[in-house]
Amino acid sequence: MDKRDVIVCRCSDLTLADLEALFNTGYKTFEELKRIARIGMGPCQGTTCGPIVRSAIHRRFKEPIERIPLHRARPFNIGIKLGAIKEAADDES
Amino acid sequence: MNPKEARIVIIGGGISGASIAYHLAEAGCTDVTLIEKGYLASGATGRCGAGVRQQWGTRLNCQMAKESVAFFERAEEILGYDGDVEFKQAGYLIVGTNEEEDARFAENVALQQALDIPAEHLTPKQAKRLIPHLNTEGVTSATFCPTDGHLNPFLMTDAFYHAASERGVRFKTYTKVTDVRVKDGRVAGVETTAGDYPADVIINAAGGHAQLVGQMAGVEIPVQSQNREILVTEPIEKIQDPMVISFSRNIYCQQTPHGSFVMGRGDNRPSGYTTESSWQFLEAMAQTAVTLLPPLKDLRVVRQWGGLYNLSPDRQPIIGGTEVEGFYIACGYSGHGFMLAPVTGRLMKEIVLGEKPSLPLEELSLERFDGEDTEAYEQSVV
Ligand SMILES: Cc1cc2nc3c(=O)[nH]c(=O)nc-3n(C[C@H](O)[C@H](O)[C@H](O)COP(=O)(O)OP(=O)(O)OC[C@H]3O[C@@H](n4cnc5c(N)ncnc54)[C@H](O)[C@@H]3O)c2cc1C
Ligand code: FES
Repeated sequence: MDKRDVIVCRCSDLTLADLEALFNTGYKTFEELKRIARIGMGPCQGTTCGPIVRSAIHRRFKEPIERIPLHRARPFNIGIKLGAIKEAADDES
Repeated sequence: MNPKEARIVIIGGGISGASIAYHLAEAGCTDVTLIEKGYLASGATGRCGAGVRQQWGTRLNCQMAKESVAFFERAEEILGYDGDVEFKQAGYLIVGTNEEEDARFAENVALQQALDIPAEHLTPKQAKRLIPHLNTEGVTSATFCPTDGHLNPFLMTDAFYHAASERGVRFKTYTKVTDVRVKDGRVAGVETTAGDYPADVIINAAGGHAQLVGQMAGVEIPVQSQNREILVTEPIEKIQDPMVISFSRNIYCQQTPHGSFVMGRGDNRPSGYTTESSWQFLEAMAQTAVTLLPPLKDLRVVRQWGGLYNLSPDRQPIIGGTEVEGFYIACGYSGHGFMLAPVTGRLMKEIVLGEKPSLPLEELSLERFDGEDTEAYEQSVV
């Protein structure tokens, strides 16, 4: 199958061909890829594409898969509305 | 020795190091190595608010920002970059909430206009015309400059990286500088986690860790680092063009080209190297943002993070040489080093190659702090 037709990150619309082009310019970790191409930054925050990217890195750089870190998860687990945070904070004070 | 043949090591792969690398290579330096302990833009650069403004309170800051804007406007062309660095000039609206600020705004705008920066002093009503969802309650006046804006820090760093690599600069990522070797008062090289690099010139562009790298060379740099927090919401349709900031309310807030809102505050923090996220920030941020821009209450926050401000005593950067021959520094950006990067690179090139400086370097020198307690004189910082 043409690598241009293989979707790696559906949230940020990235194909395997895009990913390999990034490998060729010297980017080789999830943290770098995420910043340059928004991989893992979509609504699913990388839960879908994480393992796919990891295996692509594994195949390309021959790193043992368990040594390839996924991207760093940060607060929040689910989105919370600014208004709700403000209300809670106003109530406290 | 021809300075262009010097062995040059740049420590730090943020926007400053990347710009310096490009400018040196473009000027003909043939032996330049950039060493970065993580990946490119892993420090403050990749964590910043990405704002670019020319509305400053000192002549030098205005000039540096104006010249940097001229560079960003043509960045792809100058650097021969295939991509788009996403420079959007939709202006910066600075909101004031008391008479003291109004008076300062009037002075700042006069200075900016004298330097051909197209800023204007506005009434709250005029400000609301630019941002209909702005809550003008308590707002006393505002200033606006239409050519301010924001650009993508990762892609701008990537653009410098590509242009510098094409001109022969070597980039060593995931390599940490652990010591700077000094012999008879001049630099000899650096030790890293991946071996030693002999050097005739060492440039410290280590951002929030610049003072630690300075100590390796025995140079005390009077800067401190503090965590500054920031958050991003889910993306929505375009509702806000200009960046909105306020010094008295303590907020900056922009809608990115991607549609998400990025916002932060400048709360004073203990000096240190942590970049943790806190509830205190989140609550204060939500209160400030929803009060000033009420429709944002319906936006979901998807991430928050922190980064290091490297603060100098007068909130102006430090760019120049030190008492150790061959050891140069570019740090102390005090929260506005991203937007100044094109000028940082150019000035460092002039300094290293001994060219005639294009801006008054005394105001940026390390020596300006000798023996006196300088008070912050750039007031316009969040
Ligand atoms: C939350 C936040 C918001 C901001 N908003 C804005 C804004 O809107 N506009 C603006 O202009 N500026 C803003 N800033 C400031 C801006 O981010 C910085 O001034 C700028 O990015 C500094 O770039 P730099 O390259 O000097 O430092 P950095 O980007 O920090 O780069 C320094 C690099 O050096 C590396 N390093 C450190 N020690 C070593 C070592 N021993 N060996 C090897 N490498 C090392 C680090 O890993 C790092 O990558 C903001 C900052 C923060 C934290
Ligand atoms: S699939 Fe990549 S972020 Fe959702």
